[in-house]
Amino acid sequence: MRLLKHYIQSFLLLEMFKGMALTGRYLFARKVTVQYPEEKTPMSTRFRGLHALRRYANGEERCIACKLCEAVCPALAITIDSEVREDGSRRTTRYDIDLFKCIFCGFCEEACPVDSIVETQIFEYHFEKRGEQIMTKEKLLAVGDEHESEIAACKQADAVYR
Amino acid sequence: MLEMMLSVWDWMPEALQVLIKIVAIVAPLMLAVAYTTYAERKVISYMQVRIGPNRVGPRGWLQPIADAVKLMFKEIVIPTNANRFLFLMAPILSIGPSLAAWAVIPFNDVLLLSSLDASLLYILALTSVGVYGVIIAGWASNSKYAMMGALRSAAQIVAYEIAMGFALVGVLMAAGSLNLNDIVLGQQGSMASWYVWPLLPLFFVYFISGVAETNRAPFDVAEGESEIVAGFHVEYSGMAFAVFFLAEYANIILIAALTAILFFGGWLSPFEGVTALTGTSFAFLMELSIAWFLLKTSFFIFVFLWLRATFPRYRYDQIMRLGWKVFIPVTIVWLFVESIMFLMKVGPWSVGA
Repeated sequence: MRLLKHYIQSFLLLEMFKGMALTGRYLFARKVTVQYPEEKTPMSTRFRGLHALRRYANGEERCIACKLCEAVCPALAITIDSEVREDGSRRTTRYDIDLFKCIFCGFCEEACPVDSIVETQIFEYHFEKRGEQIMTKEKLLAVGDEHESEIAACKQADAVYR
Repeated sequence: MLEMMLSVWDWMPEALQVLIKIVAIVAPLMLAVAYTTYAERKVISYMQVRIGPNRVGPRGWLQPIADAVKLMFKEIVIPTNANRFLFLMAPILSIGPSLAAWAVIPFNDVLLLSSLDASLLYILALTSVGVYGVIIAGWASNSKYAMMGALRSAAQIVAYEIAMGFALVGVLMAAGSLNLNDIVLGQQGSMASWYVWPLLPLFFVYFISGVAETNRAPFDVAEGESEIVAGFHVEYSGMAFAVFFLAEYANIILIAALTAILFFGGWLSPFEGVTALTGTSFAFLMELSIAWFLLKTSFFIFVFLWLRATFPRYRYDQIMRLGWKVFIPVTIVWLFVESIMFLMKVGPWSVGA
């Protein structure tokens, strides 16, 4: 009896038609595609994109060259040189992040005691020449200056959970 | 003006007339092939809840043209130690038959290139010749993947050719003729006298074999992206590759058109014999016209795409099992049933006998 049922099912192609009915229904379903450059999906405040170095409101750079980020970086992407500035404070003379090495884990941001190095929500960037992937201190500070308001907003939104 | 054109037409040598007719068939066919690729991408993406190509031109309508231009400007790489002559010959051998078969397709009762008395046989012969293109491509490429794809494809086409041939025997028994035009005319009357109803199992066998013949999903082991990269056309690039694609899609359109002709009354109207329509403003629906033929063909092309969007690929041994152990027995049994009905004079074909 079960054999008979099996034969009837396969000879009438019942399961085939069931499958085709399903795809036929989806032909008219609402499409889920996000038309990327015009439409964008919402982004978390914790998104880990391009790096930036921040400054205090008075313009003083936050980084104190403690090298915690360099130490914690699992990809060894960060290179820091430091010396004592005229006013006696310790500052970096070189702060390079190699974006080809960086795995965007966000450990540097976690390690930073003064909230200096952060990962912003910027993810649409590209390099055109070899060497451009090295984010120098100047470039990082420039990114930080340009996007300070967004960075601060993200930090504040996330502060509740810390 | 029209009279002048007609007199010029009569004055032309016959070879020129035929040439013009061929261009009039092949040019729209090539356009149809290009837009079948677009339709395929759109239909499949819609079934996968995506949008599909929509960037080139309004709603992506220029996509096939962009693809064609891209392929034309790409380099044709000929592999080292490949047989150069056969390598370049293979795409031609594969597209030639699939275009030549269109010579006998009746678009309506007068629009056809040649009303061959053995047109069904001619088509069967040409679709079999198409496999040489694939085999030669596989052999000439000097690549193991291509060779394997070609062998698979050859085995598959041989297996399904038989089932397909038997299914067509059913049609020619019903019509009593090998002429495609007569086969269509034999289905006159109403929708109920289309051959699909008395020959329903043969219709399914024919259509599924047609899908297998054209190496389309779910029978695309010849291409088998996951195991043998792209099968017989791995080594092809640029226009040589594009020609293989043209052949594949021309074959799809051909099989769809044949399905419409053999089982669904070709250019006959589905509303034929619906007397309720006579005299109303919908009477034009009852006329036989090329539009019905194109509509039916488009529907079967859509079914091809629908099948591809729905089913996972068959395993190689399952394909062989289905071809040899299911389809051939089914068609033979139905041919037997049909012959008995023929003898006992039951069924729609008894009138002609």
